[in-house]
Amino acid sequence: MPVWTLYGIRRGIATTSWPKKDGAVAQPEVLGLPRYHADRCRDNCRACADVCLPGALSFESCQTGERLALDYGKCIGCQLCTEACPNDALTKSNDWAFGVRNRDDLIWAEALKSPPAEEVTRKIQKYFGRSLHIRHVDAGSCNGCESELQALNNPYYNLHRLGIFFTPSPRFADLLLVTGPVTYAMQGPLRETYNAMPEPRWVMAMGTCAVSGGASGGGYSCGHGVEEFLPVDIYVPGCPPNPAAMIHALLLLLNRASQHVQGGQVAH
Amino acid sequence: MKGAVERVLRPEEIPQACDDLMKAGARLQMTYAWFPEPGQSVEVAYLAVTAPHEPFLFLRCSLPADSPHLQSLAPQIPLLGWYEREIQELCGVIFDGHPEPRPLVLHEGAHPSMPPLDPRYQPDEMMPFTSEPWDRPPVEGDDVQTLPFGPVRADVLESAQIFFYYIGEAILHCHPRLFFKHRGMEKRFEGTSPSLGVVLAERISGVDSIAHSLAYCQAIEAACGCEIPERARYLRTVLAELERLYNHLHYFGHLCHTTTLKVGEAQGKLLAEQSKQINGMLTGNRFLRGILKPGGLRRDLDLSTLPEMLNRLQPEITTYLRSMEETNSHLDRLITTGHLPLQTAYDQGATGPVKRASGIGRDLRGDHPYAAYDRLTMNIPVRTEGDAHARVQIRMEEIHESLSLIARAAKDIPEGPVSSEISYVSGGEGLGWCEGARGSTYYCVHLDDAGLLARVKIKSPSFSNWRVFPLTVHDTNMMDYAINEASFGLTMAGCDR
Repeated sequence: MPVWTLYGIRRGIATTSWPKKDGAVAQPEVLGLPRYHADRCRDNCRACADVCLPGALSFESCQTGERLALDYGKCIGCQLCTEACPNDALTKSNDWAFGVRNRDDLIWAEALKSPPAEEVTRKIQKYFGRSLHIRHVDAGSCNGCESELQALNNPYYNLHRLGIFFTPSPRFADLLLVTGPVTYAMQGPLRETYNAMPEPRWVMAMGTCAVSGGASGGGYSCGHGVEEFLPVDIYVPGCPPNPAAMIHALLLLLNRASQHVQGGQVAH
Repeated sequence: MKGAVERVLRPEEIPQACDDLMKAGARLQMTYAWFPEPGQSVEVAYLAVTAPHEPFLFLRCSLPADSPHLQSLAPQIPLLGWYEREIQELCGVIFDGHPEPRPLVLHEGAHPSMPPLDPRYQPDEMMPFTSEPWDRPPVEGDDVQTLPFGPVRADVLESAQIFFYYIGEAILHCHPRLFFKHRGMEKRFEGTSPSLGVVLAERISGVDSIAHSLAYCQAIEAACGCEIPERARYLRTVLAELERLYNHLHYFGHLCHTTTLKVGEAQGKLLAEQSKQINGMLTGNRFLRGILKPGGLRRDLDLSTLPEMLNRLQPEITTYLRSMEETNSHLDRLITTGHLPLQTAYDQGATGPVKRASGIGRDLRGDHPYAAYDRLTMNIPVRTEGDAHARVQIRMEEIHESLSLIARAAKDIPEGPVSSEISYVSGGEGLGWCEGARGSTYYCVHLDDAGLLARVKIKSPSFSNWRVFPLTVHDTNMMDYAINEASFGLTMAGCDR
């Protein structure tokens, strides 16, 4: 055993300085959700919607005919639209911090609406101060989200340093973190877990499947996300969201970080 | 079926044909059903491996849609048991004389209006579900206690329920209830364009994205007679080995968690993180998604910095693996734990490192090479002990082998294009395979007249190994359960689909 103690000491600190210091937030090379440049989008072109499997890109009619509707809540970041678009209206980006409080904020809108209400989060801060306990429920994910959630406790992201912990029992949990589109067989266990939590309690939909069903939603055995069953407080699209996006969403819930996305547009 | 030698049989000839195959030393891999003419006929197919470098065998027989019956082969070939039950529930074929006539994939209380994989079943029709009690085999006796564990389990784990029958510390019987996560992914492929299907294949099991998408792409390429460029073959090999690397490193982190070797856990998970970051730098995705497509790769990758990044990681990995092998408290928990005998592994369908730890030295990379594996020599580690420690040692050697394969592939890789033109053949059928981090992954694809996907069957390694795993739990003790499960390296998403 002393070998391992020495081993650990010699290995030194591996943890990222983010979010305390800017900069070293995982990897700039990792692609996030595509960026939409409405001014470059041409009429009568459906190249992007044709390759969008989960239907994040669709067309809605408007006064001038048809216009593109983009819902980041359905986007799985497969990047196919960025390759299909002939005009670079959709481009690859490393935008990753997509955690939002209102589902509508994931839908692209020409004009920004009023800023989101801060009421809920102020209440959270009153109750929890700076600490949070999470109960995770897998409601039918592909295990990509679990892999990144497990990464939160590795020495690099080291979630504990932020006062946030995973807890085995829903009785001790403040936040129910759900992954997956919610399969028919997980509806019951999900609801029972929620009912076992003391109030006040919050729900986070983690990953595009939990937000809208994503690539697996619908069909004979899946729902279209957590919203159909429980009230959701924070939505985090991504397939899977990278660990930094997960941490950002948790800090957003605690009002320790600000929301970056509004009306489907990322603040830069 | 391109990629395999095909034999069309009458339903009554199937038992004899499979028996002859078994006697000749062949091993059945899976069976599945599909609907070439919905409402008219159901076809059941069996896939078998004869010997290394020999083509796969594909037996098929057609049944009338109004009363599809077949004799169950599970009494003689136990590994087919789960596949037959799955076909029964999802495709409506009845297997007469099945030894385990209980629901498997669809839980008690799920009542679809018709078998959901029948193309006439509407793709967006949710099946009615009412919670009904679980029909499990009874275990009775004085002092026998029961413990339902899951489906929501401790930590961040995938959903599954394990039902223990135990006396004190000793486990008499453990009965897993799986498929809580059954998403109906095979149905999702129906009517999709083959080029979009790869997005679904990547999302069958997130941590096996390459294994699934590679087997899928190869099946489509076989169906359409497409040869991919040499550079794409090498790049696919590199990607497949990078996936094995981060999975195996995470495996050790999790294993140390179960044996409470805390620094070992931290170091394993840190190395897995660093490995994922390398994936991100190379491809833009930590899970290596969004890079494969039928016909090759979506874009070229620059491998120039990869060997250097891995060279920095290699000494740390070597020290880490050696330190675990020198820690008695850790080894004590692994040696003799969860023993899987060779015969059981063979009969019940064990695959991947689990199978190789029980003395079955088969690996699709060497036996039926794909991508660039026939251009690169490799060792296939085999152990005969069949315990948790053997499963660990197999993965340790595979990590070294992967690092060596990546280095050699990066050195030998030729310049050139990374994708070929592919046109989707109407009515095309193809078999694709891949040895992923968890074992053999097969895809059988059938295209319709318009060149869209009519049926995609996925044989995932976790489906095979979940059938085997409970057999190593009986007659062990509670304290070893978590260690034993970790030593198998299973996923739920791959199993449940």
